[in-house]
Amino acid sequence: MKYKDYYGILGLKRDASADVIKKTYRKLAHKYHPDVSKDPAGEEKFKEVAEAYETLKDPEKRAAYDQLGSFQPGQDFQPPPDWGRQFGDAESSFEGIDLESLFAGLSGGRHRAGHGSGPIRMPGQDYEVTAHISLEAAFRGTEIELNLTVPEYDEKGSLRRVPRTFKVRIPKGAADGQRLRLAGRGGKGINGGRDGDLYLNIALHPHPLFRVSGHDLYLDLPLTPSEAVLGASVEVPTLGGPVQLKVPPNTRAGQHLRLTRRGLPKSHDKEGDLFAIAQIVVPTAASERERELFKQLADVSTFNPRGHFQQEVTSAN
Amino acid sequence: MQIKPVEAVWLAEDNEFSFPELVELSGLSEAELHELVDYGAITPVDPDSPQWVFKGRCLITVRAAYRLRASFDLDPHGIALVISLLDRIHGLEEELGSLRAQLPRHTART
Repeated sequence: MKYKDYYGILGLKRDASADVIKKTYRKLAHKYHPDVSKDPAGEEKFKEVAEAYETLKDPEKRAAYDQLGSFQPGQDFQPPPDWGRQFGDAESSFEGIDLESLFAGLSGGRHRAGHGSGPIRMPGQDYEVTAHISLEAAFRGTEIELNLTVPEYDEKGSLRRVPRTFKVRIPKGAADGQRLRLAGRGGKGINGGRDGDLYLNIALHPHPLFRVSGHDLYLDLPLTPSEAVLGASVEVPTLGGPVQLKVPPNTRAGQHLRLTRRGLPKSHDKEGDLFAIAQIVVPTAASERERELFKQLADVSTFNPRGHFQQEVTSAN
Repeated sequence: MQIKPVEAVWLAEDNEFSFPELVELSGLSEAELHELVDYGAITPVDPDSPQWVFKGRCLITVRAAYRLRASFDLDPHGIALVISLLDRIHGLEEELGSLRAQLPRHTART
């Protein structure tokens, strides 16, 4: 069994009072709790902090933990010979069990199947997992394999961590931050309690071309000055394959050209839209001939894009 | 071993849960869930109906409520307050994300 330094995780000395333990936990929970923290590593850190607090807040569990001795974090160790008789179930073996499961099993036997005054129905644990998928996968729907290590009670009623693999079909229509529920795919219920559920939180990888807002997509559409003025038919990529887009004459930079229903599909509705945002781009090195033609254009053009500067200044005075 | 793929259901507007279902799935008690409705943290589709029904996304809210209660020892009023603030933050984040998506990439980077 690998040792975890619960005091070290909370940044406390071993003689910290119950009140200090509680205050420190609350401070760290504010910082790392996945519902309130923006720290990408917050969830993992919070799990560690919560596990440490779960044991140290309970005087009996804390005494049992202290009796284990002190080791380096991650160091392999075995509980002292009498430990099982004193704190747990002497018949249980510590083989293949981790520290969290060991202390979860010390809850007065109430989680254990077949122990105590009578069987108590307990629902299985819910699991919550973030699935990172590509935009293309969200567009088409996809199948992913999840490898989780989950706590499960064995036939003796001891809590063990076991690897489980799920293949999940993610229907098309995923948007960033959407949740999926897989009923009954969480932890097994105890004594006839219902099985827990598996919740998937969808996170979309950033895409090099498309930016996502809900089910709508945004794409930068670079246009030459002549395409913007004269209009053009240009090929643009979409998640369903390239399409021809008609750029109307006199298109301004920043204008949104809407490609209806070319965004992400919705589960029970129409698709979102794709918006191409016009950008007027000039060549980094115009040829001699191009420069000559631009010069001619400059000479004949009466267009003044800064005309409103003068008007605004005059009206302000 | 061949693993059979499992189907997943979106928690969105198109699925609904009854009050007893929400109690069972959230881990909260009936009384706590009632209080969350009273404080406006979740709203039934028809609050005047004798049998409350909730949109799928309410399950996300009540599961967050359960986690917050367990992690911070909050009472229902505290939970409802945190949830309403989190909802506002999520709404603002969505708005910010949508505005960022509309910015041309080179502008968004500067």
